[in-house]
Amino acid sequence: MEFVKDHDPYPDLSVNIGSLELQNPVMTASGTFGYAREFEDLVNLHRLGGIIVKGISLEPRAGNPPQRIVETPCGMLNAIGLQNVGVDRFIAEKMVYLKGIGVPVLVNILGDSVEEYRQLTERLRGVEGIAALEVNISCPNVKKGGVAFGTVPSTAAAVTEAVKKAADVPVMVKLSPNVSDIVEMAKAVEGGGADSISLVNTLIGMAIDLKRRRPVLANVIGGLSGPAIKPVALRMVYQAAAAVDIPVVGIGGIESAEDALEFILAGATAVQIGTANFINPRVSEEVVDGIGDYVKANKLASIRELIGALEV
Amino acid sequence: MSQHQEKARIIRFEQLSGLNVRITLEAPLIAGSAEAGQFVMIRTGSGQDPLLRRPFSLHQTSSGGQIQIYFKNVGRGTDIMAHAKVGEMLDVFGPLGRGFSIADDKPACLVGGGLGIAPMLFLAKIISSLGRDHSQDLIILGGRTREDVEPLVDDFKQFGLALHCATDDGTYGIKGYVTDILRSEQLAENTQIYGCGPDNMLEVLHQFSSSRHLSCQVSVESVMACGMGACLGCNVDSSDGDYLHVCIDGPVFDTGDLAWNS
Repeated sequence: MEFVKDHDPYPDLSVNIGSLELQNPVMTASGTFGYAREFEDLVNLHRLGGIIVKGISLEPRAGNPPQRIVETPCGMLNAIGLQNVGVDRFIAEKMVYLKGIGVPVLVNILGDSVEEYRQLTERLRGVEGIAALEVNISCPNVKKGGVAFGTVPSTAAAVTEAVKKAADVPVMVKLSPNVSDIVEMAKAVEGGGADSISLVNTLIGMAIDLKRRRPVLANVIGGLSGPAIKPVALRMVYQAAAAVDIPVVGIGGIESAEDALEFILAGATAVQIGTANFINPRVSEEVVDGIGDYVKANKLASIRELIGALEV
Repeated sequence: MSQHQEKARIIRFEQLSGLNVRITLEAPLIAGSAEAGQFVMIRTGSGQDPLLRRPFSLHQTSSGGQIQIYFKNVGRGTDIMAHAKVGEMLDVFGPLGRGFSIADDKPACLVGGGLGIAPMLFLAKIISSLGRDHSQDLIILGGRTREDVEPLVDDFKQFGLALHCATDDGTYGIKGYVTDILRSEQLAENTQIYGCGPDNMLEVLHQFSSSRHLSCQVSVESVMACGMGACLGCNVDSSDGDYLHVCIDGPVFDTGDLAWNS
């Protein structure tokens, strides 16, 4: 018997988000993958490009009262309200497991003031196993702060600067789509020293229960995610990637390798998978496989050839 | 705790009444590890709309690797499921959540109202197989009308436990509520109550059991996206002013751990 002639090498899917090296461009989005352990029976975690854990604040947060989620056409609204265990318990209880997974762990951080973001970053300095920070300046579901940080360029830049100054790992800033000019926001956080940007967070939306004549969500408004927002996200990634020199990470309705590849063509160096994790817990690994198949089938030397390769 | 994502073939479809459907699926990994009170998340189709899986409590499992769900056609997701055909495959994820914690040595009183009857069949099967005296065990089933209760009665009868039924309109069993039957029974003082049904029924169960110092576990419902503790969308108020999550802390709770409206 002969050897197989065309030895098929494992495709090169590695990408660099600044100094952060990923074995492939597929990460899991904050708030959709718990603290990763929830998925260990279902996903080979070590095969992912990176894991972004549920947003962490200085103090624990209980989150919003029920009802917190509602399905909408091709999507869902959520108003979880940043429920999390707080940074101290996160470090003590969650990092022990996370640092052993073997892929970059990005910690999503959130606060109500520039000072809170700074303190949180200080607290995470030197913690073993953190590959980068993702700064959440864009959650629509908290009463104070959240939206303002994400929608005013100067405050977004100020938060970025404060985090960047205090951090000992690369800083990714997650942008809100709920702005009139995404390019201006992208440039503002780049100016603040961000090493990369990720976008988009959820689009603010609302659902009404006609029978009760009340909002479905206790928080009245919530963040829309899922396939419904993909075209909007794709457009914003395309515009932002063209406007900044730092790497861009695409998020918004990705549930297949095809979706991920579209974002990469539009200029994203990597992608994050969010809501799809709820529907198919294995989706992140399946997207890694699908991107590999595409690179092989199209005889690309590397996935990097595709980044921003969209012909317009 | 092991969870499985299985492509499960529909092997039996039963239209039990106008809107109530029972589906039997081949899901050996889930059937082999499920406990009474646990649930599964099912994709109703392969498209993007409806997007989310739907939670279903396990109606029963068989040693032959089958699981059953029992549900009412109430919306877009369940309407698709209610038109499924034998032979079709469904994407089933489970078993999920914490089921009933079975008090082996205590007399059991199972109370199922409406679709809350679903998990009680699984539980009745487990309780009846316990190697102890069953003369003090009791099953109470209720619904709005005959068709909510009668089609399931034979399945419960096979366990040989005492069985009482109630309907709101009196078309089957006594006219009244399951809780009316409960109040009229002479329960042993260490009876463990297990309940599933509409919120107001569960609240009455809680009031009844706490007034008699009986332990009561109930299975509660919630909207949820993931079913596994990732989305945090299925919170309910706990008795200590915090939140509990139906998918990982429940769906079965001691009624004393939950906050009730009144």
